[in-house]
Amino acid sequence: MKYMHEYRQADTIKQLADKIADVTSQPWTIMEVCGGQTNAIVKFGLQQFLPSHIELVHGPGCPVCVTPVDIIDNAIDIAARPNVIFCSFGDMLRVPGSAKDLQSVKAEGGDIRIVYSPMDALKLAQKHPDKEVVFLAIGFETTAPANAMAAYQARAKGINNFSLLTSQFLVPPAIEAMCQSPQSRIQGFLAAGHVCTIMGYESYPQLAEKYGVPIVVTGFEPLDILQGIFLCVQQLEQGRSEVENQYSRVVSQQGNVPAQQMITEVFECQSQSWRGIGHIPHSGLRLRETFRPFDAGQKFGLPDRISSANSTDDTTGCISGEIMQGLKKPCDCIHFAKQCRPESPIGAPMVSSEGACAAYYRYATFNESVAFNKRATAQTSEKTAKRRDQ
Amino acid sequence: MCLAIPGKIEHILNAVPMERTGTVSFGDIRKEINLAFVPEADVGDYVIVHAGFAISKINPTEARKIFQLLANDETDPPC
Ligand code: SF4
Repeated sequence: MKYMHEYRQADTIKQLADKIADVTSQPWTIMEVCGGQTNAIVKFGLQQFLPSHIELVHGPGCPVCVTPVDIIDNAIDIAARPNVIFCSFGDMLRVPGSAKDLQSVKAEGGDIRIVYSPMDALKLAQKHPDKEVVFLAIGFETTAPANAMAAYQARAKGINNFSLLTSQFLVPPAIEAMCQSPQSRIQGFLAAGHVCTIMGYESYPQLAEKYGVPIVVTGFEPLDILQGIFLCVQQLEQGRSEVENQYSRVVSQQGNVPAQQMITEVFECQSQSWRGIGHIPHSGLRLRETFRPFDAGQKFGLPDRISSANSTDDTTGCISGEIMQGLKKPCDCIHFAKQCRPESPIGAPMVSSEGACAAYYRYATFNESVAFNKRATAQTSEKTAKRRDQ
Repeated sequence: MCLAIPGKIEHILNAVPMERTGTVSFGDIRKEINLAFVPEADVGDYVIVHAGFAISKINPTEARKIFQLLANDETDPPC
């Protein structure tokens, strides 16, 4: 497909990898913020093309991963009610709540439907006026305009049997929180290209300057990511901390203004709890007062704990929060590829197609402990089997 | 989730500004996509699509830059 395949050609990837090697003189730690980028990095084995002392750590940009347990529990509560059609993006069904997941509610007879767009959920509400149709509106700035449009159209057309259970996150406050953390090892950021497609990148220069970190707005194809890394390393080597836009074919400085207007029309900023990470001020969105009739939490009388600091803690030993802040890797988790697998996930990053754990499990291309151990174990058992055969 | 893919606008189906939709092709697959957030995009343009919405028109001139940069590499180092 155009604008896809040409950014995946082996020869240009190799050329860019050589350029990165040429400019690198010392170790650097760079975070790709978006889970979509994490997935591409692991899937295409991009770490292998980099000098060994450039380390990529994986950020919190996976909405499925950071949606708090309380929201999943509220979703389960609503989806189990009679007369409700509960709609969600597919990835959310296997995410563990505190007792079970949405998939098991579906198995028990809950009417749960996977939709591609919030507008599909709105159409279902029009088609079934006798039912309450609820959409689990998760996402970052990329998805916020779509979710906002569904609420806007519901209000404009008086589709009152439609509501949103929102779990909306904002990226810049999370980047700032990581920059402020004393434990952080991150020296440069690849900013999420599709978040910037909506929001632009006018808010980033002050972050780059205040914390002395280069921020490169980066796309999602292998060539995009390598060019993002190249620009970031080049800045680090030259002692610069600026904002650059690698993904200029899609992202403009001011972003998508009509989409921003729709977000502002429907949502307002709130403090937000991130699963595994905790509370980050001003990092979420909730429906404005005028759109509250379309707020599923209010409609169904459910507690709102996500905007307060006392949200439910994860007690499973899942270290997703540390992984998504760049402090650890999936292989550092004692559950990884043991009790925690895509078919029996303990944490959300093992479920989501953008989760680091699922990507490591699926592709296991990194020369890190697990891939190595897997090979070592395979070789040992091969040898044992041979010995046994002799 | 933030996955968004490029597609080509083939027809405009609804021209009402807040409800603008069109057929967008992704290789062999065609889908009805909301175009309300890309009022400047028209038939023949490529757009980035996420959750049923086009969120940006792709700029073909900017898209070529990385290849030009790599092609010029030997003669004209960028830094
Ligand atoms: S492997 Fe499973 S338990 Fe461990 S961090 Fe990842 S999702 Fe959590």
